[in-house]
Amino acid sequence: MPSERRLRIKTLVMVLAMVVCANVGDLLLKHGMAQIGAVELTAHGLSQAFWQTVTSATIWLAIFFLVGFMVSYMTVLSWADYSYVMPAGAFGYAVLTLLAVIFLHESVSPRRWVGVVLICVGVLLVGQTKPRTTEVASEVPA
Amino acid sequence: MIRVVVGLAVLILGSTGGEIAITHGMKSVGEPARLRPHAVIQFLGRAVCNGWFWAGVPLMALSFYALLLLLSWEPISLVIPASALGYVVGTFGAKFILREDVSTSRWAGVILVCLGVALVAVG
Repeated sequence: MPSERRLRIKTLVMVLAMVVCANVGDLLLKHGMAQIGAVELTAHGLSQAFWQTVTSATIWLAIFFLVGFMVSYMTVLSWADYSYVMPAGAFGYAVLTLLAVIFLHESVSPRRWVGVVLICVGVLLVGQTKPRTTEVASEVPA
Repeated sequence: MIRVVVGLAVLILGSTGGEIAITHGMKSVGEPARLRPHAVIQFLGRAVCNGWFWAGVPLMALSFYALLLLLSWEPISLVIPASALGYVVGTFGAKFILREDVSTSRWAGVILVCLGVALVAVG
């Protein structure tokens, strides 16, 4: 496979992993904290919330996905441009809106749909540029 | 008013500065030889030993605290659209600090994304 094409595919795969991990992580965190309920801002309330969060499987799963986001973000930035990865990551806002409509049956305002369309067109424009325009240190395979 | 402007400046410059420092760090560490768990773990080991990575983390933490403060002062429908300016500031940083070649179509894409995120956040 030509190296240019390979670079583009592996960058898009990592950006997709970033977007999926960040959104799934945020949703799980929200779900986990909703299970725990509103935290009282007293010493007792905070210590109770602390134990509930560290023993919650949902919160640990959320942390797992958020660590996955950080790892994929750091990895993709080791070869791709920051000005390519940063706007491409905004695709998550569009995905979240679609998920909210499909699974949560939320109604979405026309203004928000216009925003989703602008994000998608913007990401497509950025996506067709070269993912890397600077020299990068390359690890020699062992 | 002034505290909101300062808060937004810290939010945007902190996150952009942090991400630029981390990008510079990751570029100097070099990409993993293969996208296999072993190679990625080795890469992460080298990444956390990089000074630029540790310069970026506190800047991003500072930006996060600015976000929390702003959200306690102003509605989210003002804070998130205003913070979408970070896409434009970040692209300037990428061009002038990281020396990336930002083409016209990349600029157009960044501006559309910035407007789109602002509209989605206003709801």
